[in-house]
Amino acid sequence: MNSSTYCKGTGHSSSKQDFLRGYASKSGDIQVKFNKFDTYLCDGPANQTTTNKDELMTFFTDMTKMRRIETVADQLYKKKLIRGFCHLYNGQEAVCTGMEAAITKEDHVITAYRDHTFMMARGATPKEILAELLMKSTGCSKGKGGSMHMFTRNFYGGNGIVGAQCPLGAGIAFTQKYNNTGNVCLTYYGDGAANQGQLFEAFNMAKLWDLPCIFICENNKFGMGTPQKRAAAGDDFYTRAHYIPGIKVDGMNVLAVKTAGKWAADWCRAGKGPLVMEMDTYRYVGHSMSDPGTSYRTREEVNNVRQIRDPIEYVRKLILDNKCATEDELTAIEDAARVEMDEAAEFAIASPFPEPGELYTNVYKELVPVRAVEMTDTLIVVVNQQGNKQQQQQIKDIILFGGMFIIFILLICLFGPLKNVQHHRSNITAAEQQQQQLR
Amino acid sequence: MMLSKNLTQSLLRYTSNGAITKNASSRGFHTSKVLLAGGPSTPINYPSLEIPNAGETQKMNLFQAINNAMDISLRTDEKACVFGEDVGFGGVFRCSVDLRNKYGAKRVFNTPLCEQGIAGFAIGLAAQGATAIAEIQFADYIFPAFDQIVNEAAKYRYRSGGQFDCGSLTFRSPYGAVGHGGHYHSQSPESYFAQTPGLKVVMPATPIEAKGLLLASIRDKNPVVFFEPKLLYRSAVEDVPIGDYEIELGRARIVQEGSDLTLVGWGAQMKVLMQAAQMAKEKLGLSIELIDLRTILPWDVECVEKSVKKTGRLIISHEAPKTGGWAAEISSAIQERCFLHLESPIQRVCGYDTPFPLIFEKFYLPDHLKNFEAIKKSINY
Ligand SMILES: Cc1ncc(C[n+]2csc(CCOP(=O)(O)OP(=O)(O)O)c2C)c(N)n1
Ligand SMILES: [Mg+2]
Repeated sequence: MNSSTYCKGTGHSSSKQDFLRGYASKSGDIQVKFNKFDTYLCDGPANQTTTNKDELMTFFTDMTKMRRIETVADQLYKKKLIRGFCHLYNGQEAVCTGMEAAITKEDHVITAYRDHTFMMARGATPKEILAELLMKSTGCSKGKGGSMHMFTRNFYGGNGIVGAQCPLGAGIAFTQKYNNTGNVCLTYYGDGAANQGQLFEAFNMAKLWDLPCIFICENNKFGMGTPQKRAAAGDDFYTRAHYIPGIKVDGMNVLAVKTAGKWAADWCRAGKGPLVMEMDTYRYVGHSMSDPGTSYRTREEVNNVRQIRDPIEYVRKLILDNKCATEDELTAIEDAARVEMDEAAEFAIASPFPEPGELYTNVYKELVPVRAVEMTDTLIVVVNQQGNKQQQQQIKDIILFGGMFIIFILLICLFGPLKNVQHHRSNITAAEQQQQQLR
Repeated sequence: MMLSKNLTQSLLRYTSNGAITKNASSRGFHTSKVLLAGGPSTPINYPSLEIPNAGETQKMNLFQAINNAMDISLRTDEKACVFGEDVGFGGVFRCSVDLRNKYGAKRVFNTPLCEQGIAGFAIGLAAQGATAIAEIQFADYIFPAFDQIVNEAAKYRYRSGGQFDCGSLTFRSPYGAVGHGGHYHSQSPESYFAQTPGLKVVMPATPIEAKGLLLASIRDKNPVVFFEPKLLYRSAVEDVPIGDYEIELGRARIVQEGSDLTLVGWGAQMKVLMQAAQMAKEKLGLSIELIDLRTILPWDVECVEKSVKKTGRLIISHEAPKTGGWAAEISSAIQERCFLHLESPIQRVCGYDTPFPLIFEKFYLPDHLKNFEAIKKSINY
């Protein structure tokens, strides 16, 4: 029997993934082939790799969890528990999963605002991710960053300004070279960001000094509502740093991503300088939560990609075809992911918001006087009838938030009978006490 | 539960303040019903600006008024063009909706995602005599373009001894807090630009003024940075004259006359100040003179001076951080001109000296309560 699995899927969303059956060899190794990589100024790796049950099960589990955490984020957003902007990664899971499998935890990663799943790949817990999303003190950035600004060990965020992270990536990579760490920096950006001038400044520095920086363009085909072709004069993103070698990868195929990623990391570690990787991928959901994602593309287009190129389904099929697990076992993994994320969401909801004093911390290293608080040394809370009604409605919503609001509710009950306008002079807040101590 | 009373109070403020509900608009008044715990029980009545001989009017919200101004500009000036990220589709706030259909893709077009490029491109275009109307999608994204605007646009005329300029250039950009924008969808960067001679900086507060000020900015012979209060795009509704009219730049508007204290602001902050003024009237019987600066640079120092000489008291309020904010400039200039007329220290009610916060927005903002407190403090001085 043929011991290879051939998957044709690179390139176009319309091309059908055509699986041939693959069988595990006696050693448990599974040979997998995929489409040839498109390369620029380099040969790139061979279009095949060896995987095994453990790796496939890990990929399946990790990507399932990623898809699930985004679903939970979506639900929390719709419950209005998330402020700020929120961008989901559905459809692109194979990129950050495959690249993470190609590097070590000592390597470095930086990306833009579509960052929840990068946190998971880097080893952060769903609890600290969802808590950050809900701006809770138990979040990875103490609740001060929110969806777009998540950070963990060797993961530099979480950046809101499009393209701004690219030169940072080059700087992080320079340090690796300077200190001879042998580590690399993965610098992610989108097809829209690919048109920002900063990226080209970063390309030049990275090549000039041969930095171990892998620039990864996640080409999900749109920058907000703008299709890549309408924004980029040349949209072969892997060739756009004309003096830096590049490779185009099927970003929906986690094994192709990992293979190319390993090759790229080896290239950088060997001191050959930077690379550009273009990940051919697709975003299933709207750009952010306020975008239904249907005005600039058809539903069929989205459904087609889902049906033909879905990164999780690809791994599921490999697992089943190679009898690594049964359907029931995979369902159990999905159920476990659901439970884990629901528990993380409950944890996040029950966690407290940061103390008001946190408004003033981390602005500078030292706690410096924050001007403009002088006049607020009395904080008035006036409860009138109108206010009460509104508050009562909010209590209904907020009750879900958990125990911390019990005090809040007691307070309202206390003020409830007071129909007329009243002023309550509070003590100065904790933050202002800090201020006074400083003065 | 070990919640401090302070925290609880703060949370109360976070959760009970400021849901701005749908607007009712009535002729002559720019009415928005603001449900604020502690606010006056009546809705805020913000008087509409009278445009003389305005002719026919139409109900418009602020983004429609902006759209209408650009429509007139494109219609009356064949050299005018409108561009920016997603502008061809109408822009993320719908300000340029339908303009491409009307005037074609050569005059209304999308740019790639590249603010520095957009700004420099706009300067070159304007230097060739075109009327360039460039959109920066959010004021928070104007910083990649900062160099082009401050170093190139602002100084083009000066450094060429008047041979070259880009006076027919206007940058439009939505600014300010909306309740949930976080660090990069909320900032008010006006004072960064206001310290740049050669630029004009304009910030409207109502649909009628947004239209008239934008038309004046587009036709002004100097580069203008025009910041639009995105909080009001949909929520502020007025009967806006459909004809062509301009509102002179550099002139403040006395929104409400008063004798006890002068309150100065601009943009979305004006409604907050009107609310504080109404509260001061209801609760303390005070008559507040409310001034909308409208043009931040060059600002109408005479108008504020005259008012302060009458009232003897001044408070300036803006969302941007206090230190180095434009209130500091106003405060200093008025102190120079009105020293002997002042009955109490000039106060600034502003954002705190922190990054614009995600979680603490309500706490950070210079809301009507903080302004009311400042009024009391000034009167009791
Ligand atoms: C400097 C700057 N300009 C504009 C924006 C608004 N914006 C946020 S995301 C985005 C599109 C980016 O598209 P792309 O780089 O393809 O990333 P994707 O969202 O597809 O992951 C835009 C225009 C911004 N955040 N920063
Ligand atoms: Mg994209």
